[in-house]
Order: sequence, then structure tokens, then C-alpha cells
Amino acid sequence: MTRSGPILIIAILLAATGSASGAEDPVAKGEAIAREADGRDRGYGDSKAVLVMILQDRKGRKQERRLRIRTLEAPDETEGEKSLVVFDEPRDIKGTALLSYAHILKPDDQWLYLPALKRVKRISSINKSGSFVGSEFAYEDITGQELGKYGYEWLRDEPCGDLDCFVVERRPLYENTGYLRLVTWYDKVEYRIQRIDYYDLKDRFLKTLTFGEHRQYRGRFWRPHRLVMESERTGKATWLIYESYEFQTGLKESDFSQRSLERSR
Amino acid sequence: MRPLDICVILAALGLLAAFPAAAGEWAFSGSAGAEMRTFPVRPAYAEQNDATFSPSVSFEPEIVYEWNAGDDRLTVTPFARLDAHDGNRTHWDLREANWLHIGDRWDLVAGIGKVFWGVTESRHLVDIVNQTDLVENPDGEDKLGQPMVNLNFDRDWGALGLFLLPGFRERTFPDDEARLRGPLPIDGNNATYDSGAGARHVDFALRWSHVVGDWDIGLSHFRGSSREPRFVPGIGAGGQPVLVPHYDQIDQTGLDLQLTTGAWLWKLEAMTRGGHGGRFQAVVGGSEYTFHQVGGGNADLGLLAEFLYDGRDADAPPTLADDDVFIGARLTLNDPQDSTLLAGAVIDRSSGATALSLEAERRLGDSWKLELEARLFFAAPPDDVLFGVRDDDHATLRLTRYF
Repeated sequence: MTRSGPILIIAILLAATGSASGAEDPVAKGEAIAREADGRDRGYGDSKAVLVMILQDRKGRKQERRLRIRTLEAPDETEGEKSLVVFDEPRDIKGTALLSYAHILKPDDQWLYLPALKRVKRISSINKSGSFVGSEFAYEDITGQELGKYGYEWLRDEPCGDLDCFVVERRPLYENTGYLRLVTWYDKVEYRIQRIDYYDLKDRFLKTLTFGEHRQYRGRFWRPHRLVMESERTGKATWLIYESYEFQTGLKESDFSQRSLERSR
Repeated sequence: MRPLDICVILAALGLLAAFPAAAGEWAFSGSAGAEMRTFPVRPAYAEQNDATFSPSVSFEPEIVYEWNAGDDRLTVTPFARLDAHDGNRTHWDLREANWLHIGDRWDLVAGIGKVFWGVTESRHLVDIVNQTDLVENPDGEDKLGQPMVNLNFDRDWGALGLFLLPGFRERTFPDDEARLRGPLPIDGNNATYDSGAGARHVDFALRWSHVVGDWDIGLSHFRGSSREPRFVPGIGAGGQPVLVPHYDQIDQTGLDLQLTTGAWLWKLEAMTRGGHGGRFQAVVGGSEYTFHQVGGGNADLGLLAEFLYDGRDADAPPTLADDDVFIGARLTLNDPQDSTLLAGAVIDRSSGATALSLEAERRLGDSWKLELEARLFFAAPPDDVLFGVRDDDHATLRLTRYF
């Protein structure tokens, strides 16, 4: 908790002066906010989640996908997390699985498992800005939001719903991104991301992700259980509804090997 | 299902040893499909059925029982098809019936299973464990369940799979009256073997695979009955000339390699095989490049090109891919219906004989899938493998319900 000290002091000072034009460097402040948010999630170890993804098209028609995600925390800040996504529904893609080793700046390593053929395929991961399974989420939205992936700048403080938020601009530093910047709202109480506005490479507003129903696990780790990505440009929306989360389940490196992908179900 | 019995017993023994006192978890799923194949051209051979439309239905349930928090799993996947015009295509098989036990960085599969090895798209050169269920689809992608005891190690130095394969599965072939059968009927009931043990010969295989940065590497070896038969001229029960499948004892060493860099996938499969007369080598190599978000939408367009070479002579089973080029395109719409389209052509560089294929699929609603497959054969000279099916261009429309 010692690391949060200066931030809280800054926040108090800013609140006291009622002005954002203080002496504080917005870049350093943005970084400090992101570092604090990241630090609060350090040590989660591993997690298992079950979720429903609801895709809604322009006409309001909905399609559901059910999936399970296993995640293994990276040992340090220089690496990304490992994850295994297994689809349960729709039934025709049941058992299809995606194994990812996330990296900070270089492209991730990804393998796809096709259960009908029992085939593991290494796939290209440069399509970061492409749609993840037809949803409004891009691959870069669902993979880890590691600290080193972005440059930061604090913009302002403002109320966000019932809470007060820091508004921080994040600029992706990795290749193949579809975004110039992500305007991100962190609440001041727990440093949870409450909202992200995405701007494309030409700085045109693209879509908004809102995070709801945050719950705390192991007395420490906050996770949103209801995410909505609404796209201004396409008129479509995607919900992620988390049904369950488990932390520190004992997953190991070997649970994220190509062989474990092959026997995933 | 003779050879299967051995592995059913093995799996049962494993289960008896490991079955839990505490209850595990059952899961049922599967699919049922109906398809219509159409052959627009009259058949080349007098005995063949000349129906333009050929309907068929299939059923493939999957039953899974898991216990020990998923460290033990029993999988049973029977498959059955009923076909209007091909008596051999009306068949059933156990695609899987095995017990999987997961240990600490090792696992064991005992029973009937399926494995896939390799990276290329136009030909699966190193994939040798499972026999091809050729009546299912002439593309050879469907496989018969293989009895096996398979021990896998998953370590820092890579993954090592050891396979003991007790019991051989003979390749399935269309019957005498069916389309896609070739110039002479195949007498599948009287197959012969190099091995005195026949179909009971115990085969052995192993594969080491590893990921090193952008490289995925696989090295494999197989010793046992060739999955590909060669054909020996014979006389059928009615006195007519037939081809009798003969399964040689072979040794095959294989390499599969993929380099993934940016939007490029570079792929290579190579093998050397002894046992059909002289030793020979074969190679498939090429690349796949993907254009993402084509036309500003979500769709991906992949372009594929592969070269195929096979140095086998007339003592070995016939192959389509002696000196060929494959070009293809894969369109993935990346839409909620997971629509995809794959078009490809394999062209013989010397004779010009060409096999064209088109595969399209799209989900309908939540649990239906509609597929269209078309295969066209062109310009095959009489000595080409494709000559026998020159008039068997066909399209298949398939509707499958998943549950």
C-alpha cells in the first residue's frame, strides 16, 4: 500500500486546489495512476472464468457465445499473461480453443485448436485490431492490458456515475494497433477501470466500453462482471456477462502448453 | 470391429483401475446431419449408379465423463452414416473410445483415439497414426478411430508422444456401384499384408514437437503397416477384374515445420519412407499470407500456395501429389455466423491434371450449420490417379444440427 501514498496525496491536493493545472506533470501522473491500478492486481496468480458473450447486430438481433477463460499471471512486468479460451457454445464450435502467450510490445504467440480435426494450428497474431469472433471487441481489447503496452497522460478528474474518476489517456506502444488512444476512466477508490473510449488511428471516436458489477475476490482483486462494448460506427454492441470467477486455482505453466491445448475441452 | 476390441479392453481395464468413488461429471453433445450429393455428369463405368442425386444422413454423438477434477476423462464418440447409393459409405465407427489420464507434465491415452500431425493444407504427409475414412470424403480429412496406448511427456525440451498401435484399420473405399471409385472396383474384403500378423500387427510411432520462438517443429517416426495401400490386380468373386489393397510394412520418418512471422505462415512437411520397394522422399512446402479486415470490414482473406513433390515409384501406393502446385484462398468473414469460404486447386505440373475444390460454411441460428462442398476434376490423362474419377465432379449440400 505504500506505493499508493503519493497518488492519494496528489488526489487530495488536486481536490483541495480544485484545479487540474497544478504543477504535476500529466504524463507522470497518468503513469502513476496506471501503475497503481496495475500494482493492485499483482499477485492474482491465476484465474478461471465462465462467461457469456452476447453479440447484438444493428437490428437488435442477438447471438450468444459461451466460453471459459483460464489465465496465468506473468512472472514480471516484462512479459504478458498466458491464456486459454475454450468455446462451449454455439455447439458447432464447441471445444474450439485459443491459446495465447501475450507479449508487451512484440506480437503475441497464438495457437488455435480445432476439435473436429484434433488439429493445433499456430496462427498469426498481428490482427490485433480485428474483431474477436465477430464481436465488437478487437483482439487487443480482450488480451492483457499490461502496463508497458501504453504511454500515459492524465487528462482530468471527473465524476463517473456515483464515483469520482481519474481520466487517463493511454496510447498503445505495440505494433498493429487500431487505436491512436484510449481514454480511460479509473475510479479513485479502487483504481478499477470504469469506462474506455476508443479512438481510431485518425483520432475518430470509435466505441465505448463500460464496466459494471465489480466484485472483489480474495479480499483484493476486483473484476467487472458486466462489460458492454457499444460501437458508434457500426451500431452494434457486445456484452460480456461473467457467470463465475475463481482465483489462485493452482494453474501452472504446463496448463498452457500446446499439449494442454490439444486436450482442452 | 476386430482390432478395436483390444483397446476397448485396455480402456476398460484403465477405468476399473481408476474409477472414482466420488461422482464425476457427464457431458453429452454431438451432431446429426443430412446431405445431398449431386453428380451432374454420367458415370464413367457401366456398373456405377447413374443417379444424379445421392442423399445420406449421419449421426455422431459424444459422451464424456470426467472425474478427479478433470484429470481423468472417458470419451466415447461413435459415428454412423446411412447412404442411399454406396453400401460401403453406409458404415459405422468408433471415432473415439478412450480413457485419458492427466499427470504432472505427462498424460496417457488408452483406447481408440485420433491424433493429427502436421502443418500444411494441401496434403498431410506426416500425419500417419489414423487411417483415412475415404468413403466419408474424397479429400481424406476424415479419419477412422485408431486403437492406441499413447503416453505423452510435456517438458521444457518439448512434447514427446509415444504410440503403441495394436490393431490396424483398413482404408474404406466406395463400393463397386458407387461414384468416386476409380477404373476398377476395389476388393476391400480381401486385403493382404506384408506382415504375417495381418491386421493384428502392432505398430509403433513417436513424435517430438517443440516451439522455439516463431518456429513450431515436429519430428516423427512410424514403423508398421502403411496406412496407404498399394493395389494388386486380382479377380473378384464374380470373376471380374478387381484391385486388392495390400498393406506393406513401412518405416517413415517425418518432419513438420512452421515459421509464423507477421501475416506470413511458412510451412514445410517432409518424409522419407522405406518399405514399398525402394526408399523415397516426399515434400510439401509453401506459405499462407493473410490480409486482415479486407474492404474495411471484419473479413480476413488468406492466400495459400504450396508445392508438392513425391519421389515414389510404381512399387509404392499411387499418389496424386508427385509434382504438383496447390493454390488456394480462404475467406473468413469473422461474423456472428462464423462464415468461411475455402477455394483451392491442385495442379499436376507435368500432366496439367487439376482437382478444384470449394468449401463454404455458415451457421444458421444457434445450432445449425449449412455447408457446401464442390469438387471438380479436369484434364486427367489415363495414367493419372484422377482419371478414374474424371466424370465424378460433385457438389454436396449438408445441413447439420448440433446438440
